[in-house]
Amino acid sequence: MTSKTTRSKVIEAEKLGLTFDANDGPVHALKDVDLAIEKGDFVSFIGPSGCGKTTLLRVIADLEHPTAGSITVNGMTPEQARLERAYGYVFQAPALLAWRTIERNIGLPLEIMGLSAAEKADRVARTLELVGLDGFGRKFPWQLSGGMQQRASIARALAFDADLLLMDEPFGALDEIVRDHLNEQLLQLWKKTGKTICFVTHSIPEAVYLSNKIVVMSPRPGRVTDIIESDLPAERPLDIRESKRFLEIAQRVRTGLREGHSYE
Amino acid sequence: MTGFQRTIASLGGAAGLAAMVLAITDLGTSGIGLILGGILLAGVGLRHRTGVMPQARLDLAASLGGMVLLLSMLDGDMPAASWPLLIACWLVGWLAVEKSLAARDMSPTMSSIVSLAVPVFFGAWIIFVWEMLTVGLQVPTVLLPPPSMIAVRFAESTSILWADFQQTVIKAALSGYIIGCGSAFIIAILIDRVPFLQRGLLPVGNFISALPIVGIAPIMVMWFGFDWQSKAAVVVVMTFFPMLVNTVAGLQATQAMERDLLRTYASSYFQLLLKLRLPTAAPFIFNALKINSTLALIGAIVAEFFGTPIVGLGFRISTEVGRMNVDMVWAEIVVAALAGSLSYGLLSLLEKQVTFWHPSNRRKIQ
Amino acid sequence: MISALSRVFPIATVVAAIMVVWYGFTVYLNSPWQIDRYEKAGIEWQMGDLVRDTMAHDRPVLPAPHQIAIEIWKTTVEKKITSKRSLIFHGSVTLSSTLLGFAMGTILGIGLAVSIVENRAMDKSLMPWIITSQTIPILAIAPMIIVVLNAVGLSGLVPKAMISTYLSFFPVVVGMVKGLRSPDPMHIDLMRTYNSSRLHMFWKLRLPASVPFLFASMKVAIAISLVGAIVGELPTGAVAGLGARLLAGSYYGQTIQIWSALISAACMAAILVTVVSVISHVTLKRMGLRA
Repeated sequence: MTSKTTRSKVIEAEKLGLTFDANDGPVHALKDVDLAIEKGDFVSFIGPSGCGKTTLLRVIADLEHPTAGSITVNGMTPEQARLERAYGYVFQAPALLAWRTIERNIGLPLEIMGLSAAEKADRVARTLELVGLDGFGRKFPWQLSGGMQQRASIARALAFDADLLLMDEPFGALDEIVRDHLNEQLLQLWKKTGKTICFVTHSIPEAVYLSNKIVVMSPRPGRVTDIIESDLPAERPLDIRESKRFLEIAQRVRTGLREGHSYE
Repeated sequence: MTGFQRTIASLGGAAGLAAMVLAITDLGTSGIGLILGGILLAGVGLRHRTGVMPQARLDLAASLGGMVLLLSMLDGDMPAASWPLLIACWLVGWLAVEKSLAARDMSPTMSSIVSLAVPVFFGAWIIFVWEMLTVGLQVPTVLLPPPSMIAVRFAESTSILWADFQQTVIKAALSGYIIGCGSAFIIAILIDRVPFLQRGLLPVGNFISALPIVGIAPIMVMWFGFDWQSKAAVVVVMTFFPMLVNTVAGLQATQAMERDLLRTYASSYFQLLLKLRLPTAAPFIFNALKINSTLALIGAIVAEFFGTPIVGLGFRISTEVGRMNVDMVWAEIVVAALAGSLSYGLLSLLEKQVTFWHPSNRRKIQ
Repeated sequence: MISALSRVFPIATVVAAIMVVWYGFTVYLNSPWQIDRYEKAGIEWQMGDLVRDTMAHDRPVLPAPHQIAIEIWKTTVEKKITSKRSLIFHGSVTLSSTLLGFAMGTILGIGLAVSIVENRAMDKSLMPWIITSQTIPILAIAPMIIVVLNAVGLSGLVPKAMISTYLSFFPVVVGMVKGLRSPDPMHIDLMRTYNSSRLHMFWKLRLPASVPFLFASMKVAIAISLVGAIVGELPTGAVAGLGARLLAGSYYGQTIQIWSALISAACMAAILVTVVSVISHVTLKRMGLRA
């Protein structure tokens, strides 16, 4: 590693490209993406639909395979990283298995990794508390509200203690009030655990509020148009969103999005 | 009360009145009982015009009272007044059902009792009317024996029925069912790994499921002999394809997001199968198991029409029909019906236990 | 074009594989008897002779597909339709009771479904029994229905059709009830805001919504109706129909006859289901329910 910074690189991508073959010619989902994410970063990927932000996250998670360039996760290929269980992934929907209780849903990755029952119970209890769901472990997913289900799915991603958390529009389907609440909780969690978080969103306030680095992307071909370092303080109450600095950063993101937007 | 309910009530009352008038004009044969019954039902039916005491249980009691009265005087020479009384009982009973279903302020336990009691009441009515008509109108027993006669025959020939049950249900249907469903399940899991076979076998399997497979019975009898093995073979073929098609469809029913989730855990093929795909397939598999439980009995019984040792439901049905012992045939049908509904009921119960999480079962355990 | 080929190719492969296995089994199952005959006659034999001769039996344990094809050709094209040995004659007997039973079953099923959806008492008291009625192996009663109805003077088409009716009404009831209840609650509320009557709600909303469900059920119903007609022909006395051919074949050990009746029944099932599918497709397209 020839990194000049003191923090180590968690994700490094160079000239990353991904082309799908569609019926009416190739689609460039990603093109020439250069990216470096350092340990402990909270990075938001923002852009209009079709800009490849979800695809990029899926490439990091080894759910899609790049067709050009290179990418490493924790210094390994994404596949090695996946096999080492290097990351937790939170999907757009909770994707909880209906036949398992919340506890057993959170325990699912631990079962697959072959952890002992005692270790499993301990971790499940800990992560349930972390997301504020203690007392709900014996419920089934369909007995909980949408916000609680999504919290359970975050708990599931946290349960196996990977240092990297990949989140694909996790709060997209929730209403504004629940969303604010979960954003606050997520920030607390980030501070408490010091994990590296990649967060895909299409909401500008959400991206600015949460992250210390914002990656602005644009579609056709999907590419990175701007990377904005945020200097907001670590302590962020919800009303920081009305502060001058917050609005300036949001304005810069908006400009980046507008420039990248094409009207073909 | 809705207009519909009022109509039933008035018609029921009118029928009760008619019964009363007929009974009075024909006092010699009718007796005092029918007059009183007519008055009771006319009163209950027509009270809705005045709106006093609208409780459903009053209607139910009057209907049941009329039924008891009719049963007590049941013989081959029913007075004319008993037929309008029967109609009055039916209409007033229907009214009771309508009213208790429309009641809004019911506790959950009460409403589940009602929803259980209504079909039971309806079934009892069918048997009652069957008994009334066959005995009262002296329908030849060869055509349709009354339920009481079938019940007597059933009680008298339990040992024959038990032997037939063992031969057809336990030996032929059950063993064929287990082999057919089991092998289809295993093959479904095997071909699930080969998309090419899936795309080829699924349409063919769907096609074969729609064919009249019972027709292979004579061939199976030639190949496997007269005893239960040939019937089991028919059952194997009949149950195989529904199970295959449903299991394959069920294994494909997982959502992409759930599969991605397990992939991010680097789970193995068997972990994916056990923890995600088989649970998702369970409702499909139970669907096939339920369809097959009926198909298995049909296959085993029909195959016996092509030759059997001298025991078995199908054998008994076809020979007793020839001897015009229709009550014995009906007793065998009762055995077949009990076997069919019990196995279906057991499977449904098991399904509710296993797939309690499925949206169609959720409300009941919450 | 490519997608059509990639659909057909796997199916064709599976069908071809079935044919190969079938021929294999023809040789395998018929050879013990054939070898026995060679030995009795003291004939020296090669593998080629065995393969040829096992496919030329009059009453093989398993006839080869081409033997069945030839038998079907002989009994359809080369026989007069009026002949007792014509498969077209027997097929048409079965077909007519299938269609009659299917029509009655569909009408009965739609009627029951409408009354179940429109009346709660009917729903609560009938529906459990309709489901129970199907767990009863009803085909078991087939011979009795035939004999009993014969005793009252009803014979021929109607008793057989009644068995088909009994079998085919059930899928129609279940599908139709589901279909009549399928309209979006929002659409029902919309009709309410128009203060529409129950009759309007039924004609303008529930009935059109139920059509796709009805056709899906009819596909099941017509196939099962054919099964009913065939089983209805099994009891003694029936002399015409594919079921009677099966029974006669099994009495006299005429395996080729059994198989040709069976294959004809299968073809008939396939054609009937296809016809319903095509009608369904055209109707739904005209209703704008399917692209």
